[in-house]
Amino acid sequence: MLCPARMRVIVDGLSKTYRDRSGQDVVALDGIGLTVEPEEFVAILGPSGCGKSTLLNIVGGLLGATEGEVLFEGARPAGQPLTATVFQEFALFPWRTARGNVEFGLEELGLPAAERRDRATRFIAMTGLEGFEGKYPHQLSGGMRQRVGIARALAVEPAVLLMDEPFSALDAQTRTLMMEELLGIWERTRTSILYVTHNIQEAVYMADRVVVLSRRPGRVLEVVPVELKRPRHEGQMGEPGFVQASERIWGLIKSQAQAALVEERR
Amino acid sequence: MAVERVAAHDRAAFLRRADHRLLRVGALVGLLVLWEALTRVGWIPALFLPSPLGVIRELGEMAASGQLLVHLEASLRRLLLGFAFGAVAGVAVGVVTGFFSRAEAVGQPLIAATFPIPKIALLPLLILWLGLGEPSKVAVIALGVFFPMAINTYAGVREADPLLVRAAVAFGAGRWSVIRKVILPSALPMIFAGLKLGAGTALLLLVAAEMIAADSGIGFLVLHAGNIMDTTKLMVGIVCLSLLGVLSHWLLTRGERLAVPWRHTS
Repeated sequence: MLCPARMRVIVDGLSKTYRDRSGQDVVALDGIGLTVEPEEFVAILGPSGCGKSTLLNIVGGLLGATEGEVLFEGARPAGQPLTATVFQEFALFPWRTARGNVEFGLEELGLPAAERRDRATRFIAMTGLEGFEGKYPHQLSGGMRQRVGIARALAVEPAVLLMDEPFSALDAQTRTLMMEELLGIWERTRTSILYVTHNIQEAVYMADRVVVLSRRPGRVLEVVPVELKRPRHEGQMGEPGFVQASERIWGLIKSQAQAALVEERR
Repeated sequence: MAVERVAAHDRAAFLRRADHRLLRVGALVGLLVLWEALTRVGWIPALFLPSPLGVIRELGEMAASGQLLVHLEASLRRLLLGFAFGAVAGVAVGVVTGFFSRAEAVGQPLIAATFPIPKIALLPLLILWLGLGEPSKVAVIALGVFFPMAINTYAGVREADPLLVRAAVAFGAGRWSVIRKVILPSALPMIFAGLKLGAGTALLLLVAAEMIAADSGIGFLVLHAGNIMDTTKLMVGIVCLSLLGVLSHWLLTRGERLAVPWRHTS
């Protein structure tokens, strides 16, 4: 196994302005600054319309910034990508089986077939997909599909794993199970994670730090550290550390969420 | 108010559709029996409408003498060559115009302007350019297949899910990888729909071309039999053409099931 990359992600003075359909400039992100340390689990949380997905897209190299930059700093073994993304809507290739999807990124890295197989097998096992390798995405449940999404992203062994509301398309029970599972995987791989969500419980349960963003324009309101022991488990959700962090975050975004509620359809 | 005790009943029953397998077969067989009966009774002279059994007998004789095979072979060669050229060119043009905006700007108006031309009207021009031999017939079929293929492939490419394209790029795919691994598989169902449309057009043009300038082929057989008032032979030609149509559609449907397995596995 390759030694994992140890890189710090630095988001520095990042702004994004785009033009909406009526030709008006909309500031989606305004002077965002944050870092993700190696092996750290950072959640980005904000009400809808705070540009958190935009931020993730810029970090993932799928979108350009208007101002500022994203830097990756540290040691990286040759051939390992900076980022890999787990998408909210899974974004699995319907014409590829679970295994085919997991191998996609490995093909693009130019790995030989034998190594692709080995690596895919490893991450299929890690994400609990054994026995489902040959299934097409439409034959899998939502939870299993997202396991494929996670395995596909982990298989390329990125310096940072980007997750864009990965469990928000799942039902509540499945989501809780998937959160536990993700934490388990993270304990083993220790890949740094930048995790976008609008769910406070999810963010506090999993992250080391929660970066709270404001509504349009998206600014960093506060970075809330979560003082909970690892490895984490459901029982901690009643602990004072959990409750305090959750209340702190809700206090920061409640008024903004209310504003979003009224203004949602423009 | 009157006290009632009413059972709920299924009011949507009339919306449910049954298969009626027997009726399907019965309609087909019934038509043939009716037709045979009408000719037997003598209400319709054999010159206008030969009996189905007579047509089958004639078909057997022509097959045995090898006469039918000569015509079939000539027709099939033209059909397959024209179909292959037209399909390959159509898919290529569809992918390129669907993916590259510059190619779209150049190609779309050209296709829109030339698509409505009835291709058979171009046969005299093609004969002038390519001669009376096979190339002009193959070319007119290829032209007829090209347009539905190019238009369908273009639509299929444009309909490719942008999320999947972004996912591919996120995992390191470049332009050609995206085309090969995302755009083409996405467009496959539309490409097969185009192939089915094209097969119908190809058959039409084959017969027309063979009636205008050929001394072999099923189209020639039909025209020639008509000229000498041999209606039974004429009907044999028509039966062959309809069998060709049914066969090509069946083959393409089978091919689609093989090529698009993610749509047909449950």
